[in-house]
Amino acid sequence: MAWFKREKKGIITPTEEKKETPEGLWYKTPTGKIVDTEQLRENLYVSPEDDFHVRIGSEEYFHILFDEGKYKELNRSMKAGDPLRFQDTKKYSDRLVSSKKSTGLNDAARTAHGKVNGQDLMIACMDFRFIGGSMGSVVGEKISRAIDHCLKEKMPFMIISKSGGARMMEAGFSLMQMAKTSAKLTLLAKAQLPYISLLTDPTTGGVTASYAMLGDVNIAEPNALIGFAGPRIIKETIGKDLPDGFQTSEFLLEHGFLDFIVHRKELKDKISLLLTMFKS
Amino acid sequence: MPVYLDFEEPLKELQDQLDKARELNEKENVNVKDIVKGLEKKIIETRKKLYSKLTPWQRVQVSRHPERPYSLSYIQHITDGDFIELHGDRNVKDDKAIVGGFGMIDGETVMFIGQQKGINTKMRQYRNFGMPNPEGYRKALRLMKLAERFNKPVVTLIDTPGAYPGLEAEERGQGEAIARNLFEMAQLKVPIICIIIGEGASGGALGIGVGDRVVMMQNSWYSVISPENCSTILWRTWDYKEQAAEALKLTAEDMLKNKLIDGIVKEPDGGAHVDPEKAFNAVKSEIKKTLEKLKKLDSDKLIDDRIKKYSEMGVVKER
Repeated sequence: MAWFKREKKGIITPTEEKKETPEGLWYKTPTGKIVDTEQLRENLYVSPEDDFHVRIGSEEYFHILFDEGKYKELNRSMKAGDPLRFQDTKKYSDRLVSSKKSTGLNDAARTAHGKVNGQDLMIACMDFRFIGGSMGSVVGEKISRAIDHCLKEKMPFMIISKSGGARMMEAGFSLMQMAKTSAKLTLLAKAQLPYISLLTDPTTGGVTASYAMLGDVNIAEPNALIGFAGPRIIKETIGKDLPDGFQTSEFLLEHGFLDFIVHRKELKDKISLLLTMFKS
Repeated sequence: MPVYLDFEEPLKELQDQLDKARELNEKENVNVKDIVKGLEKKIIETRKKLYSKLTPWQRVQVSRHPERPYSLSYIQHITDGDFIELHGDRNVKDDKAIVGGFGMIDGETVMFIGQQKGINTKMRQYRNFGMPNPEGYRKALRLMKLAERFNKPVVTLIDTPGAYPGLEAEERGQGEAIARNLFEMAQLKVPIICIIIGEGASGGALGIGVGDRVVMMQNSWYSVISPENCSTILWRTWDYKEQAAEALKLTAEDMLKNKLIDGIVKEPDGGAHVDPEKAFNAVKSEIKKTLEKLKKLDSDKLIDDRIKKYSEMGVVKER
């Protein structure tokens, strides 16, 4: 007889209640290393012992990248509509309210511009904590407007992707954000403004199949999950176990879809060097 | 033996009665002319009534009807056989789930591209159930670029349950291949017409679906995910596919209402497979009518309008 019984199967925590950033005094990495949270923050949310890159959000990335953590955010108050009045086990409008409450965010992406080692850069950064970083109308519209701003101010652009893909609750609307963002990116290319795509853990689905893969330079953080289809679906489809390291940053680099992998500590300097090289 | 969908049960019963009456007429030499006539009329009426108020899930069922015509049938009929299929992405291989090539419509050359499903078990496997790999999207892009170079319009026929979620597809960059097509189609200098003829599942459909005019056939569906997968993710079981189909607003009517497509092509009562000729002609006249309009625009205007159209899609609240 077993000593204990698992009563509930699988993951039962709703996505929006999952905690991605460490809270409390200690943080335990997936490899079992215990880190002091203060130390982790000072180390740019990379575990000092095993280099594990902890999932962080827009606030953290903006502070890591923009000089003195200063930036100007665009369309901060933009929120999702509910054009389809979508309802599954829960109303979409209720999901939005509870996500907003638990994350303090208005949607799954924020756009801001500031200086990176003295050079102008517009950054759109996704927040995985908000409904799995799913791309709906707000994400698409914010990216679209950020691009308009870049065109006007002749500013380079960067998107930090961290997303499960398109937002199901906006169905056709979210699907079309793939076309919308990709179409807008062509305008940047025409204006010869560089677009850097940084893929972080995880980047999958409709985000991979649109702006995340369209950078003039595609880069990623180490060991991030990056793919079009999720690993579970692929496994079910082919009926075989997936090889080790499948769909990691390193796998994508090897297969030719990334330009390089960048450690979070080197991120800012690498980006600013790239921007300098595009310019001079 | 025709295939009936579950909601077509009344039609099946009538058809059985009709078959019996005809048999009686032949074997026993009983005069059942009036009965046959009456039944034939009733079948048409019943079909019309059934099809006048299909639920979203029933539309999904019709879009997957095993007898529904696929891309190559449309192309063959629209071009009256003047079609030359072109193969390969010049890189990895020839994807059988996407077909394409030059075709003539009443004297005018058009580049056709479409997802292709198989007509029987063997062919379904050969066509990978209409699920393209990256090389399929790259073949499509090669053909679009070819059309652009020779100033020929592009017509895409969309019918896929999704891009293939396989190991090699990931290795060869399924996401990148689709993304690249969205990017390139936005700037293509020739007119692009996209017609969803069956299933329009997510990025796999959109990968050949960015155009100046995007229309859906009456019994097709188009959304970010299939109702079954949506049900699995949100309800954690397949059982809510009807509700999911409803919630996703994936029918032609809803997609048009939300301004996510530009028009609807009417199908014969009972779906395209009941009277394929009629469906082919409806698609052909849609293509001809649209080309006439788009031909008048220069490429800058065409591209500007196209990007503007997509830029306006989405609903947000400010403040």
